[in-house]
Amino acid sequence: MRHILSILLENEAGALSRVVGLFSARAYNIDSLTVATTEDSTLSRMTIVTHGSDDVVEQITKQLNKLIEVVKVIDLNESEHIEREMMLIKVRATGKDREEMKRMADIFRGRIIDVTEKTYTIELTGTSDKLNAFIEAIDRAVILETVRTGASGIGRGERVLKI
Amino acid sequence: MQRSGAEIVVRCLQEEGVEFVFGYPGGAVLEIYDAIFKQSHFKHVLVRHEQAAVHAADGYSRSSHKVGVALVTSGPGATNAVTGIATAYMDSIPMVVLSGQVSTPAIGLDAFQEVDMVGITRPCVKHNFLVKDVKDLAVTIKKAFYIAQSGRPGPVVVDIPKDVTQQLTEFDYPAEMAIRSYVPVKRGHPGQIRKAVALLKEARRPLVYIGGGAVQGNAENEVRALVDGLGLPCTNTLMGLGAYPGSGDKCLGMLGMHGTYEANMAMQYCDVLIAVGARFDDRVISIPSHFLSQPKKIIHIDVDPSSIAKRVKVDVPIVGDAKHVLHDMLDLIGQSGARPAPDGLAGWWQQIDKWRSYNSLLYKPSDELIKPQFVVQQLHKVTGGDAFVTSDVGQHQMWAAQYYGFNEPRRWINSGGLGTMGFGLPAAMGVQLANPGATVACITGEASIQMNIQELSTCKQYHIPVKIVTLNNRYLGMVRQWQEFFYGNRYSESYMDALPDFVKLAEAYGHVGMRIERPADVEPALREAFAQKERLVFMDFITDQSENVFPMVQNGKGLDQMDLPAHMSDIQQAPLENNRDYGNMC
Ligand SMILES: Cc1ncc(C[n+]2csc(CCOP(=O)(O)OP(=O)(O)O)c2C)c(N)n1
Repeated sequence: MRHILSILLENEAGALSRVVGLFSARAYNIDSLTVATTEDSTLSRMTIVTHGSDDVVEQITKQLNKLIEVVKVIDLNESEHIEREMMLIKVRATGKDREEMKRMADIFRGRIIDVTEKTYTIELTGTSDKLNAFIEAIDRAVILETVRTGASGIGRGERVLKI
Repeated sequence: MQRSGAEIVVRCLQEEGVEFVFGYPGGAVLEIYDAIFKQSHFKHVLVRHEQAAVHAADGYSRSSHKVGVALVTSGPGATNAVTGIATAYMDSIPMVVLSGQVSTPAIGLDAFQEVDMVGITRPCVKHNFLVKDVKDLAVTIKKAFYIAQSGRPGPVVVDIPKDVTQQLTEFDYPAEMAIRSYVPVKRGHPGQIRKAVALLKEARRPLVYIGGGAVQGNAENEVRALVDGLGLPCTNTLMGLGAYPGSGDKCLGMLGMHGTYEANMAMQYCDVLIAVGARFDDRVISIPSHFLSQPKKIIHIDVDPSSIAKRVKVDVPIVGDAKHVLHDMLDLIGQSGARPAPDGLAGWWQQIDKWRSYNSLLYKPSDELIKPQFVVQQLHKVTGGDAFVTSDVGQHQMWAAQYYGFNEPRRWINSGGLGTMGFGLPAAMGVQLANPGATVACITGEASIQMNIQELSTCKQYHIPVKIVTLNNRYLGMVRQWQEFFYGNRYSESYMDALPDFVKLAEAYGHVGMRIERPADVEPALREAFAQKERLVFMDFITDQSENVFPMVQNGKGLDQMDLPAHMSDIQQAPLENNRDYGNMC
């Protein structure tokens, strides 16, 4: 099953490689990983999307917590949460495709952020499923390039992950 | 007053009360060695290979409960140390390893003797640091000592570039250390402890399963109070030997791959299991599904939450230090008078005594060939069962664990987790230095001893009078045993041809060498060797080549499906499709 883990960790050199090293050393899966500093520059917030049985995900959480630089870990699956991912997708926009791409971007509430005679670059934000759906919805042949950030997640309501 | 980074390193070690630093110099650490030359607070022990420095620091720590310290240079010095670090990591040994690094401006430029030590050791340390600024040096070393010995202990590497050892700053050693992202749990949750006691009360076939965490956590008194107070059977893992005395009548001996029949059967057929600082690893319970096919409730006490529910799901997890958790449990037992029903326990003991009566460690004595088990038994006799015993890895290690009968914790020093051949002799050096005047024996094989035999030279230099007991079967014995069992006797590369004359070799290093070839000479030789308190004696026991370690739980089999010694050949073992009916076990 897919799990989305939120990790608060010290913003220190090497902390990221410890997390990534842990996943490869113990043969856990990383589907996506995003990380950046928070409003407190001593802390980073990381979101990892992984999949595995409940037992495996429990071990992943424990092993992450064991890393000295990890402050807190939560499995966002355990409660209501919001997740967003951003995609930049460059598509061919010539002939009848030009109108079609514009229309699809509108339907998915995407924005065209760069235009040339032959291409559009579309910015799209949403759940990873929504981004997948967009890719499914358009003709594969028009896709020139895709760049995805991987999901970021946050708990719904007043619950916060803080030090 | 401004001090150099090198002086700061030395002052930090002094502040930590370090007695011995095991190390080897080289370019990147020359500044530190110069500072060592000028001080007299701790002694530096010059080993002959960096792996041995780390094993010696490890043996020092295991036998003394202090943090071991090793110092190595960058590049090859650092990589040589890695096996030692991984060994300590697998067995949760508190240790600080200081490694030199090329100067900060040279890092990443493939400088001479540059290696990414932090990267290489990341998966086999509790934590590691690269110190880039001399101002961070003291606080980093403080953190290293704090992390190494708190929570689940482990090795910490501090990688120090040469320019950092040369730069100057004020020395200020923090008195206390707190790390916001690292807060180890000590006390167990009271609610969980209540649940554990309630479960224990319901038990009819309880068993206490004692692991290395009980030794590293200094919980021997609490373990003994629990076992003796309630009259429970107990079993020690390879790493837990001595936490409960091997000679005690409540002790069923070691369990696992080469555990006793009674310990393995009790483990399989108990109904309430109390695991203390043990981790249900593959060499202990073999296959989890078979182990759990006999219904049982499990209480698991461990300081490391990730050890709990890793291989086996448990009913009452208790995260905390073994000593504190057991102390609180004993308090509650004392107040509530909770204990397993006497009739159930009596029946269980009857069953256990039956299992015990088969004497699964019995072997066929010989007047002609020296049986390796016999040597270990005689060693016990000659040393009064009170020696520190280190070992290497192989059959001799298992025989040492099975036959020495450790009655105190921290007396049995072996590489259980990583299984590192070459550990025994350097570890024994650390043990002897931590315990001057104590009797220290290293039980080894003719193959293992050669993996760090150069340390005979270190022993000479520092007058370390350990006694080396080589069970020389002219084979990589444990490999040969597996080839016999699983590979149709095809002894591929498991034979040691062209062995050195160990007697002459020992003499060449300035020690005493002895070769013992007849069973009748075993005890006298041991007596003669141990009488030479000031000398290292290398005893080369020429043993029976064909001897195998029994019982044995083969890979893929359950604890009640052991290969048993010949005299037990008519004992009914559980069929592979496990018989769930406990009734006919009693
Ligand atoms: C560094 C290392 N290399 C290889 C092994 C695999 N191994 C385990 S036991 C063994 C044989 C050990 O032979 P010896 O030291 O003579 O002991 P014996 O089994 O004969 O008692 C080997 C090669 C190991 N444990 N460690």
